[in-house]
Parts: sequence; structure tokens; C-alpha cells
Amino acid sequence: MAQVLSTPTAPRLSGAFRWLLRHPIWGFVAVVFIFFSFATAHFFDVQNLQNVLVQTSTIGLIALGMTLVMINGNIDLSVGATLALAASLTVDIMGWPVFADWGNWQLLPAVLAGLAAGVAIGALNGIIVWKTGVDAFIVTLGAMLGVRGLVFVYTEEQSFYAMNFAYSDFGASSIGPLPTLAVIFIVCAIAIHLLLSQTVHGRNTYAVGGNREAAVNAGIRVGPHMVVNFMIVGFFAALAGITLSTQMGASTPNLGRDYELWVITAVVLGGTKLTGGAGNIIGTLGGVLAIGILRNGMNLMQVPAFYVLVILGTILIAVLFLDKQLNRKGEEELRL
Amino acid sequence: MASTTSPDRIKDLTTVLARQGILIAFILFMIGFGLVSDRFLTPENLMTVVRQSAIIGVMAIGVTVVVLSGNLDLSVGSMLSFATVLVVDLHDKLGAAPAIGVMLVATLCIGAINGFLVGFLRLNSLIVTLGMLSAIQGVTLIYSGGKNVDIADQETTWFAIFGRGEVLGMATPIVIFLGLAAIMHLVIAYTPYGRRIYAVGGNPTAAVFSGIRRNRVVFSTYLVSAFCVGIAAIILGSRVMGSQNNVGQGYELLVLSAVILGGTSLLGGSGTIWKTVIGVLILGFIQNGLLLLGFPYFAQWIVTWIVIILAVWLDVAAKRGRLFSPIA
Repeated sequence: MAQVLSTPTAPRLSGAFRWLLRHPIWGFVAVVFIFFSFATAHFFDVQNLQNVLVQTSTIGLIALGMTLVMINGNIDLSVGATLALAASLTVDIMGWPVFADWGNWQLLPAVLAGLAAGVAIGALNGIIVWKTGVDAFIVTLGAMLGVRGLVFVYTEEQSFYAMNFAYSDFGASSIGPLPTLAVIFIVCAIAIHLLLSQTVHGRNTYAVGGNREAAVNAGIRVGPHMVVNFMIVGFFAALAGITLSTQMGASTPNLGRDYELWVITAVVLGGTKLTGGAGNIIGTLGGVLAIGILRNGMNLMQVPAFYVLVILGTILIAVLFLDKQLNRKGEEELRL
Repeated sequence: MASTTSPDRIKDLTTVLARQGILIAFILFMIGFGLVSDRFLTPENLMTVVRQSAIIGVMAIGVTVVVLSGNLDLSVGSMLSFATVLVVDLHDKLGAAPAIGVMLVATLCIGAINGFLVGFLRLNSLIVTLGMLSAIQGVTLIYSGGKNVDIADQETTWFAIFGRGEVLGMATPIVIFLGLAAIMHLVIAYTPYGRRIYAVGGNPTAAVFSGIRRNRVVFSTYLVSAFCVGIAAIILGSRVMGSQNNVGQGYELLVLSAVILGGTSLLGGSGTIWKTVIGVLILGFIQNGLLLLGFPYFAQWIVTWIVIILAVWLDVAAKRGRLFSPIA
């Protein structure tokens, strides 16, 4: 593909094709989408596609925030634990006796508390990364253990059930043809896309990830900037915890285990660089959808879930390999 | 740093304190728990903790070698599931010795795949081993058909010696853990091979220019890591006499926590095996001490969170010469 780019015909390539070269993951999404539409009877079905969107939304929400953090050159491994903390807090708090006669309004303080917990964990991670200078990988690895420990201690290793059925009704509701949870995800994706592509904060996100030294010299307050991004990913992890628990009407202390790995996989598939400075929300959406469609489609084909793990792992490594090959060719051309 | 004037000597002292911070923290920690709980510092309790730490410890030795060369191995948890299921399942089919042999070869093959991808193709080790984590878990589930495995004849098999037996009056897992740690410490600290690992981790470009074949060194570290996982699987399979097919889930990050606690830099080139052993023991003693004091089981994770960040912060601050990061 890089060779195609380098030939003199490149400017004449159609816009769609060039767009696809920038977001190769969408080509993959299209291929698996078409494949499963023909290979299975029920994939290309309005109800199933709604399902894919809902299933995708949980990992997708976290991936939106993770994209910002990873473009910054940081990483957040604590999102799965934060998700469980927010879900447990929300489902527990709405049942507190204080709010007993609040009716459906009891959801409000519960959801706010869950979201606040996510933002607080994000802020804590960010401030530690900023002030101590310890690598985000280590800080959030610690938080991943510690926050999960908090969840287990807080819940006393019990699952909570939402006694107010408005909560689970919300998870099953629709706005027009789209499930409400999918609408939430799409709205958030558009918001973060605009944040990243149209605002000063977005431009700073790339600047800090691309060259931190230069960003400091350009007068960007790198520390608070990174804290904000950690707060955003914490917020989205909490939001994903709440939407996930509305689907079940319950929360378990093990909720969201390994989600950090799925989210990072999706973001990397979407073309965001671990070293920071590159990436975008459109790619991340592609990565999230690729995983969602693969899981759903193979499930419909009655492929055991085990094979999905093997295929996803292989695809992740293959994408990394291809990316490296393409980029290496790019570098050589630059040198010429 | 080395200087004879007196203010510098004080600075030297603080540097030494910070450098050996993990050891000092460990000693203070042991004394503290010993004062609060009279069951903590008994020989039986100490031995129990070391025995329980053996599996994470053996894996941590291998991961330390990988991290020293500047890479990560997140696939060790899945690999532990795979190896344990394999050795337990084959035990009844082939007998103990062939089962161990086949399992070690299969595990080394996985290590070789990791090593090839990271060493020779130069792919990012975090993503590669993340992909392998998922793939190996899938392979394990396919192999076991989603079922858990166990050994039928648990009383008479000599396989029991690795997890349940004793050698020279000490529990075998302790002997294996400390023995492997001692050997690997000598190899890493005193042989040309060890020096190559530090060189590759510390400055890959300089290592290549001084004639070290970086690809091969990185490749070999993944073989070491896989071998250690194989040993850990023998201990685990023998102790439990069975295996769940996701038994190693989450181990990769516990192991990495122990390595980080031991002061090994994730950037590579700095760290030692014996400090990793200290890191492993700290994790074990935190768990044990908190349980003896009556805290809930998972409180240890909260304490581990704080200890990891404080330990690395201290380390970073000592190298930087100031407590807080200068970033605005």
C-alpha cells in the first residue's frame, strides 16, 4: 500500500480510497461485516446489529477515553477496576434507605456518585503521574490492583442487584430504532472526536504525546493537561460500568476484569501509537467495531468463544507487524 | 557522586538509603508486623509465606530477565494456565516424566514465538505479549474443551513431590524457588550472557555497536521466561493435582508488580534477581500479615497499590535528586 502511495498516481486516487489508507481498520471492518452477512443467516438483521452496537458500546466508551490517554503517550490499566467500582457504587447507592422514598429520582445520586468515583480515580492516577514522574504504566498497574481491592472490600465480595427496575429498563430501552446505550456511545464518540480534532485541548493532546519537551517549551501545562485526560478516561470507565450494569440490572465485584486488555487492543487496532502523538477516534471506532463484529459473528456461526481469543490475538500481532512494515517503508522514502 | 567532602557524604548516605529503599522498607515492614502480631515472625509462618510465594516468585525471576532486556512479558499468566493444564492432563495419559517433558517443550515453543516476534521482528513487546495472552488462553480452552483437568491417582504418583513434598526438610517449592533464584542471580550478575542482557536493556544501540547480537539476546530472554513458567506450572499442578483452565489469569500483573517492587526498571538495563525475590516476598508478607491482623483478603491489593507507587516513586526521586517531578 505504501508503494501505491509513493507512485505519481497517488494524487488521483479517489478520496474514499485515501481515507481507507489512513484508517485501514475500516477496510477490515467492512470485510468481516460482508463476510458474516453472507456466512450467517442472522447477522445482517436489524435486531442483531442493534445487539452488536450495545455489546460494542461498553468497551467502546472506555476506548474513547483511552485514545486520549494513549495519544498523550500514557496508558491506563485501571479502567476495568474503575468500571467495577462505579457499577457497584451506583447499584448499591440507589438502594440506600436515605433515598427510599425518592422514587426513580434515587437513580440520580447513585449515577452521579458512580461517575464521580470514576473521575476521582482518574484524577488520582493523573496527579500521581504528574507529581511523582512515575511511568503511567506502573501507576495504573498499581491502581488496577488497588481499585479492584477497594471493590472487593466495599462489596464484601457480593453481587448487588438493582431493586429499582427503572435502572434495568433504561438499559433495555430504545430511542427510535437505536438502543439508548448505543445512542449514548455514538453521542460520546462524536463529542470526543470534536474535542480531539477541533479544540485546543485536542491539539495539546497530540503535542504532548508527540514531543513532551517541545510541548513544555510551547507553554502547554503538561501536568494538568494529562490529569484532565486521565479524568476523562476515568469518567468513561465509570459510564461504561453504569451502562453495563443497566444491561444486567446488577453488578458483580469481578465486572470488567480484563477489559483494560480488550480496550487497549481496540485502540491499537484503530491505529493509535503506544508511543503517543498519533491516533484518532475514527480509527478507535473501527477497532472497537472490528472486535464487536468478530465476537458477535463468530458466536452466530457457533464458533466456540475460545477461537475468538486466538483469532483476536493473532490479528492484533498481525496488525502490529503490517503497521511496522508500512511505516518502515515510509521512513525509507523520507530519507530519499 | 563519590566525593570526600562532608555534605556530599550525607548525600551519599541518602542515595544509598534510597537505592536500598526496598530492602529497608522490607525490614521495617517485617518488624512492624512482628510487633503487632505474635504469630507473624514464627518459623512456620515465614516458611508458609515463602512456599505460597514460590509460584509467583519463579515466574517473576523469568519476567525480570525479560524486563532487564527492556521488554515486557504479559503472556506469562496465560502461559501458566496452558502449561499447568497440559502437564496435569498429560500426567494420566503419558506418565509424569513424559508429561513434564512435553509440557516444557510446548511452553518453550510459545516462548520462542514471543522471542521471535519481539527479538527478530522487533515488534512492540507490550502488544505482542498482550496478543499472545489472549491467543494462549484461547489455545488452552480449545485444548481442554473448556473443562478443568485433574490427576486421577493423587496419592501414589511421585509427581506430588514438586508441590507437596519436602527436600532436605524444606518444602520443595521453597527449594525450587530459592535454588532457581540463586542460579539465575549468578548467571545474570556474573556471566557474559548476563552482561549482554544489561547492555541490550540499557542502551540497545551501543550494545549492537559493541558486537552483541541483540535479536538473539532478546529471543533468549523469552525462552528463560517460558522455562520459568514451565517450572511454576509443575509446582502448581503438583500442589493442586488438577487445574482450572484459567488458573493463571491475572498472574501477569501480580508478577510484574513483584518485579517492579524489586526495583527493576521497566525501561530495561537496571535491576537484579535477588531484589525481585525481595519484591515477591514483600507481596507475600503483605498478604499474610494483613490476614493475620484480621483484614479482609483483598485489603492486600489496596496496600500493594500504595507500596508499589511509593517504592517506584522513591526510586525515581533518588535518580532525579528531587522528590517531585519538575514538569509544569
